[in-house]
Amino acid sequence: MSESENQNGNQNEEVGQEVIEQLDKFDELPDAPPKRKLKLSWIGKISTAIVVFWVVIAAIGPFIAPFHEMDMDGDDSFLDAHSNEYGTFYLGTDYLGRDTFSRIIWGARMTIGISLASTILAYLIGITLGIAAAVKGGWVDMGISRVNDAILALPSIMLGLIAIAAFGSSIPILVIIAGIIYASSVFRIARALGLDIMVQDYVEAAKVRGEGLWWIIKSEVLPNAAMPLATDFGLRLVFVVLFISSLSFLGLGVQPPQADWGSMVRENLAGLTYNSWAAVWPAFAIATFTIAINLIVDDISAKSGGSLAKKMV
Amino acid sequence: MMMQMALRRVWIGIATMFVVSVIVFIMTSILPGDVAQIVLGQSATPETLAVLRRELGLDQPAYVRYFMWLGDMATGDLGTSKAGGAAIADLIGGRFMNTMVLAGLVALISIPISIFLGLWAAMHPGTWLDRTVTFGTLSTISVPEFFIATLMVLILAVNLHWLPSTAMLRDNMTFLEFMRGMAMPIITLVIVVSAQMIRMTRAGILNVMSSPYIEMAILKGVPRGRIILRHAFFNAIGPIINVIALNLAYLVSGVVIVETIFAYPGLAKLMIDGVQTRDLPLVQACAMIFCGTYVILILIADIGSIVSNPRLRHPK
Amino acid sequence: MSDQQLEKLVEVKDLRISAYNDEKEEIQIVKGVTFDIYKGQVVALIGESGSGKTTISLASLSYTKPGLEFTGGEVLLNGEDVLTAPPDRQREIRGANVAYLAQSAAATFNPAITIGEQVTESAVLHGILTQEEATKRATELYHALELPNPDRIGIRYPHQVSGGQLQRLMAAMALCGKPDLMVLDEPTTALDVTTQIEVLKAFKKVIREENSAAIYVTHDLAVVAQIADHIVVLYGGEIMEQGSADQIINNPTHAYTRRLMDAVRPKPVAGLGTAVGEEHDREVPAVSVDNMTAGYGGIVNGEPAITILRDVSVDVKNAHVVGVIGESGCGKSTLARVMAGILPQARGTVKLEDQELEGSLNDRKLEELQKIQFVFQMADTALNPKQTISQILGRPLEFYHGLKGKEKHAKVTEILQMVELPPEFASRYPMELSGGQKQRINMARSLAANPEVLLCDEVTSALDSIVGANVIKLLTALRDKTGVSFVFISHDLSTVASFADEIVVLYAGRVVEQGPTDEVLEPPFHPYTRLLISSVPELRIGWLEDTMQKREMAVGIAKGVEITAVGCPFYNRCPMGIEGTCDQQSPPIRELEGGHQISCHLTIEDLKDAEKHTQQILHGYEKLEDASLKPHG
Repeated sequence: MSESENQNGNQNEEVGQEVIEQLDKFDELPDAPPKRKLKLSWIGKISTAIVVFWVVIAAIGPFIAPFHEMDMDGDDSFLDAHSNEYGTFYLGTDYLGRDTFSRIIWGARMTIGISLASTILAYLIGITLGIAAAVKGGWVDMGISRVNDAILALPSIMLGLIAIAAFGSSIPILVIIAGIIYASSVFRIARALGLDIMVQDYVEAAKVRGEGLWWIIKSEVLPNAAMPLATDFGLRLVFVVLFISSLSFLGLGVQPPQADWGSMVRENLAGLTYNSWAAVWPAFAIATFTIAINLIVDDISAKSGGSLAKKMV
Repeated sequence: MMMQMALRRVWIGIATMFVVSVIVFIMTSILPGDVAQIVLGQSATPETLAVLRRELGLDQPAYVRYFMWLGDMATGDLGTSKAGGAAIADLIGGRFMNTMVLAGLVALISIPISIFLGLWAAMHPGTWLDRTVTFGTLSTISVPEFFIATLMVLILAVNLHWLPSTAMLRDNMTFLEFMRGMAMPIITLVIVVSAQMIRMTRAGILNVMSSPYIEMAILKGVPRGRIILRHAFFNAIGPIINVIALNLAYLVSGVVIVETIFAYPGLAKLMIDGVQTRDLPLVQACAMIFCGTYVILILIADIGSIVSNPRLRHPK
Repeated sequence: MSDQQLEKLVEVKDLRISAYNDEKEEIQIVKGVTFDIYKGQVVALIGESGSGKTTISLASLSYTKPGLEFTGGEVLLNGEDVLTAPPDRQREIRGANVAYLAQSAAATFNPAITIGEQVTESAVLHGILTQEEATKRATELYHALELPNPDRIGIRYPHQVSGGQLQRLMAAMALCGKPDLMVLDEPTTALDVTTQIEVLKAFKKVIREENSAAIYVTHDLAVVAQIADHIVVLYGGEIMEQGSADQIINNPTHAYTRRLMDAVRPKPVAGLGTAVGEEHDREVPAVSVDNMTAGYGGIVNGEPAITILRDVSVDVKNAHVVGVIGESGCGKSTLARVMAGILPQARGTVKLEDQELEGSLNDRKLEELQKIQFVFQMADTALNPKQTISQILGRPLEFYHGLKGKEKHAKVTEILQMVELPPEFASRYPMELSGGQKQRINMARSLAANPEVLLCDEVTSALDSIVGANVIKLLTALRDKTGVSFVFISHDLSTVASFADEIVVLYAGRVVEQGPTDEVLEPPFHPYTRLLISSVPELRIGWLEDTMQKREMAVGIAKGVEITAVGCPFYNRCPMGIEGTCDQQSPPIRELEGGHQISCHLTIEDLKDAEKHTQQILHGYEKLEDASLKPHG
């Protein structure tokens, strides 16, 4: 053995005593760091601000909008920003000479409102059935899952089109259609999460203890499924906004003269050739809302991945 | 083993198609109530209603009507349109081809682009390039298709005057004219579809990239390119095939919007017209064609991922 | 040791490696480590989890795990600093100069590429050998590593060979490019003892033959004693002590090393156990399983589609500890699951104090459930991450005993004390505890039910040796204090030997031997028990060679476990198997004094004097050689 090693050994003997004292107190360190608080990057914070902004607008929009959604007070259709005796048209006018700015504010309530209502409906149906299928298993699971597979096997826009052909279009029907269509994907996620949690040892432990099904769902399954489901809610809301807007854009969703971001694009499409931005602003409003939600979801969920890829040389 | 699983998938596909047909039938023929009333409108007299009901077989029980309808569909008799009473098969024929041409061209362009960009972004995670691709694709999938289409019209047609804002298809077009006419719908759809595929390809590769065998390859001194192409890509093929098939199916909803906005004479446009006029037989036929295509694509993806799984290809 | 004459291959000088958390604070993982490796020398890095041993070993490949960074010092390989090498050179070092062997071969082989391509990849890529030469060398290595079908194994895919074989194939992968240094990261930890000894033997042989230097990373001193020339003892990223293997093993100076030595699993011999007094004994066993068969899939005529356990009878006496031992897949966990009612048996009975129990826990009475408590193997997954410790421990108190409010709170504190944890832990979440602490909570939850029988499924196998030893100490104290009966399931014979009053040896779903601990660990042995006992590594240099000298150890290697309905399950690995008898008929149960039972066709006299059977042993060895030559699959 070399001299340096001997020295090392002696030095460490002293350190060693301290270590042993520590060891006697806590034999090891916690595996994971203490609870990590949810921290957003600056992109996440800006996105949150945008989403909050639109939700507030949706709530109070009609009270602060300079014009009513149906007021045809502009000097002419497809005008740029201007003022007249009725007020100022910040974003110009649409194809009927209505104030684009006010209609976007009114439309927020329609687009976001319908989408939120549909998403909440989808969640109520999806989670109830999904957790039931996961927990009950057997025939209950088989039955619901097969029907659900078939609904998922249809593109959502197709289902929407068929339903509207059959029932016509009104706001309650839109909410119900979107709610049912998107309940199928919520079901799939809730069921997968439920199944995943149901095979965890802590659920097995509860079963061995003799706990009832309801207690297991309430105390073990739901608390552990809450966070992933909340993240998914954001994504689902984006899909529903796109779905509702697309139907409106096709003239099959919210009907005129009510303002809705999707139908506003459709109505003012002709203005594009006159260089009017009346069709662009509502599209832009949809984009800010949906992109912001997606960015928040991305910020919360996708921190991992790619760390090994960076190690390649 | 592999054949068994593939056959199982085929059976599931057929079963799904069957359930889909039941859903379509229930939604279009049972739930709306009296189809004869819808077809003839409020002004119909009781006598004409009764005649039409008998003609449509509405006096039969539901399941009989369903099997009659299914039989007709299977034999190519798609029924007659409410508008003008034309045979739906004739209405659909050429338009179906148009839609297939559009979808085919989009697939041909977007698949290589997506795999290339997805791989590329996965190879350089965290770089500004990756961030740009990630943000760009995230934004694209977050906005409705008509937003992309509107932007394209604004930029390429209105401001730059490079391309026509509608897709006019005539007979006897030269190839160049044809391509100019198709350009706007194709560009829009390629953007929309590729964004989703790039994201999922990147995620699929990165998912595989976190496996211990990738770390092993790094520790064996395997260069970056070979790690991605030989070690990661081969394991990600299954998921990537799935992504491609799912997104080609995603084309369906894109096609609906794009055909409408560019007035492209395809099947989707026909279906939208049918929905607007509540022409239920037409909607039924179009829906079955779209859903059938979708189910077949999913089936191909399923079989693709079974075939690409080494555990199934080389059983013990 | 004549280190001075040898050439230095690697010099690690004041190596420092840090991690950065979300707040960008630096956390030192390796805090200035210095040691040398000479050519042809095996240096062992030994320490528990968090000691930085793997991190240090990877530094020789100029690599850190994601999230870690080199912050100081140097690692010289033939005088060249690998930490500052340019990327192209780094890539060359990895594979050409230094090769890595990971802990889990099953995860580190790429499932989509043939074994042959993966073994030769590095050598060919670095231009050391042509593809042809590399394939030839790989085949030579397969022969040297005693792999079955060495000429054809290269064209197979990883999922087509067994775990023990993959581990040896990884050695071939590392050696193919003739590296200067091999890094072996816990290469035998995940293996069963009887497989581990084979893999160790193969590693030692090729390291000698190739005259390669190696870094051997492990937490297991007994394994290190067999393979290392020089030992570096690590704790918390610092070197506690280093020296020749002889000095560290036989004459440790540092307190921590001695502590590690104390926690080494002792040789499983009779007399280790802490037998309980007779005062708790009652005639009626706490739990008994009689002639029970269990498995998965639909049950037809009492036969499940996949049988895991066959005709098992076990009695758990009051206030006794029954150790259930066997290798992975032998059905030991299934036995506990049947007792707990998680998996209803297909045939046979389970009794609690002479009361027959329903098979499924859904049909059992609350009182019955309360009396039999199950402790899951992984505390990480057995504790709900969204509940505080107080909620976790409070639930059984409320559920079974109706305790509420202050009463419940007081009882939680009492239970925490019982498992030697401070009362302030009640408000914490499982994530905030260490592995050992979580395991204590996991057991405390079951104790809170105030059970008669505690079923412990591999409760120490995921823990470091010192922590695991402490848990065993705690369990012993609890048994003495509470009079609870234990069913203690483990793959580790030493742990069972030191804790259990009785031992049940399971092989391929059948009880091959059971009885009082001291009886089972003394001859006569069932041939399988004998193999198990002699496979447990001892903390003694030269043990591996000695054991290999015993010709019988050459038998029973690498053969898969077959679950059969006819004959003795151990027949295909048994050195004393009688053709025509052992493979045809179920072995009789031979009763010895004190309730000791051996299930074997050989008579007690035959077994007592197993040395007489050298001839049969040799026969058995040849039989195995023949078997391994047969084409696979």
